[in-house]
Amino acid sequence: MTAQTIPVSAPAAPEAIETPGRRAWRRLKRRRGAMVGLAVIVIVVLAAIFAPWISPYDPIQQSWSAVRKAPSAAHWFGTDEVGRDVLARILYGARASLLAGVMSVAIAIGIGVPVGLLAGYLGGVVDAVISRLTDAMLACPFLILAIALAAFLGPSLTNAMIAIGVTATPIFVRLTRGQVLATKSEDYVEAARAVGNPHWRIAVRHILPNVLPQLLVQATLTVATAIIAEASLSFLGLGQQPPTPSWGSMLNTAQRFLATGPWMAVFPGLAIFVTVLSFNLLGDGFRDALDPRSK
Amino acid sequence: MLSLIGRRLVQLLPTLFLVSVLIFLLQQLLPGDPATVMAGEENDPETIAQIRRQYRLDQPIPVQYLYWIRGVFTGDLGESMRLKAPVLDLILQKLPVTLQLASMAMAIALVIGITAGVVSAVKKDTVWDYAVNVLSLWGISTPNFWLGIMMIYLFAVTLGWLPASGYVSPFEDWRQSLATTIMPAFVLGNSIAGVIMRHTRSAMLQALQSDYVRTARAKGLAERVVVWKHAMRNALTPVITLGALEFGTLLSGAVLTEQIFTIPGFGKLIVDAVFNRDYAVVQGVVLVTATTYILLNLLADLGYILVNPRLRG
Repeated sequence: MTAQTIPVSAPAAPEAIETPGRRAWRRLKRRRGAMVGLAVIVIVVLAAIFAPWISPYDPIQQSWSAVRKAPSAAHWFGTDEVGRDVLARILYGARASLLAGVMSVAIAIGIGVPVGLLAGYLGGVVDAVISRLTDAMLACPFLILAIALAAFLGPSLTNAMIAIGVTATPIFVRLTRGQVLATKSEDYVEAARAVGNPHWRIAVRHILPNVLPQLLVQATLTVATAIIAEASLSFLGLGQQPPTPSWGSMLNTAQRFLATGPWMAVFPGLAIFVTVLSFNLLGDGFRDALDPRSK
Repeated sequence: MLSLIGRRLVQLLPTLFLVSVLIFLLQQLLPGDPATVMAGEENDPETIAQIRRQYRLDQPIPVQYLYWIRGVFTGDLGESMRLKAPVLDLILQKLPVTLQLASMAMAIALVIGITAGVVSAVKKDTVWDYAVNVLSLWGISTPNFWLGIMMIYLFAVTLGWLPASGYVSPFEDWRQSLATTIMPAFVLGNSIAGVIMRHTRSAMLQALQSDYVRTARAKGLAERVVVWKHAMRNALTPVITLGALEFGTLLSGAVLTEQIFTIPGFGKLIVDAVFNRDYAVVQGVVLVTATTYILLNLLADLGYILVNPRLRG
């Protein structure tokens, strides 16, 4: 959580001063849905990090004596068509999903925010060109563009992340640009310009902090979209390549064994659903907590 | 109004131009020489040279683009290397299937989304409101393809009520057509219903607080009439136009849904093309989808202006 401190000129009671970050956190804590979402995300992240220690089995170890075993004490989520433990694969699969979710959003922010700052701050021809390019990218349905990009780049988790990141970029360009346009004529920005600050400093130190709350909300919601997109690409064989597990590719395999091993489809799907739901809950919570109208 | 339509169309031209450039440039992302990639396992230099000549890959990129865009304007989107058929013919053949699925999905989404959204707004902060909120989060957070697989398991494998896959045209047998498309349409509509619920709820809450609703209530009208006749009519306008913007989500969703239910539509066409490295088809499908989406946005925009005279100035 990035905190923007408010300079205090006169001595005041320290407990009376609340930074925007603390205020947002206090409001967020009151939203039960967001806190449940945050707790689940923390659990999924920990599960992904500590998968080698907490996983009951090796996720790629095949066992022909345990093919398509229903959930039991030995295999809580059952086994797949070659006897691999489904729980172990879900724990390891969380790595691909979270990595894709976070990295693609990082790519989108890394490109989108500077480009949006440039468009909003400079205006004129630069803004016109960037805005039309953004419109053009937004005109292509998200997943179709991501599939096309991943198809041309070649199937791999890295390329899937690039494809999703690039596809999500225009959302951040538009968001940043809009926010810059709204703040660049504010008095404090004019004042910063009047005292001779260089353009980059005004953009980074004075305008960017105002974009951060909206960016945080959008980034959280986009992680949810990106996780579904990665699962979709992996489902189609364009993301994580076998035998490394990913939730999407597990579902692809499970589709062929619905009659004899439905658990192979139930648990990876639930994992995607719960993770995506948690990011959506947290994103909604952030939106409410960072809304200046909320108390 | 006509001049407004004209103005909007002119404003779209740069976007359409850039969309075409972006889609054309996708080909440049192919690692290595596109001609070698297109030749596939045929490593014969003669074949590669022929592909290079045929697709004008030996020309500079801007020249290649001009040839390609000229083809687009004359209805020539290239030829499918796998199916040996013009891309436009393939698209026109598959488009009605996806459109049938998309319209059914949109109808399902509107019925569920609007009803639930209105109930949620009218019963604000009650258990109904929370239930609709949960339903909407469910719609937004469920991966289409998982819901599809689960529905196949329940309704086809376990209960045997519906076919697990396949497609029958409504012109051949409408009952069978309905049976093959109802599950995929529900799967597709589910995610959009969640979004529509949210839009409807916020539009209804706003409408219910407006002066004309207060007046209607003051006149002693029944609450049912106030909600369904006065508030909902006004709240629906933005909801329907915003619903039109969800068309992109629908097309994206169709890709995986058609794959799961083996429906020979637009989505399956692009996936099959991706796996067979049939790049002309991929480009063609993305181009048609993007253009349709842009035009639909324009229609939604104009529709919104048409019903809201305050925006005409």
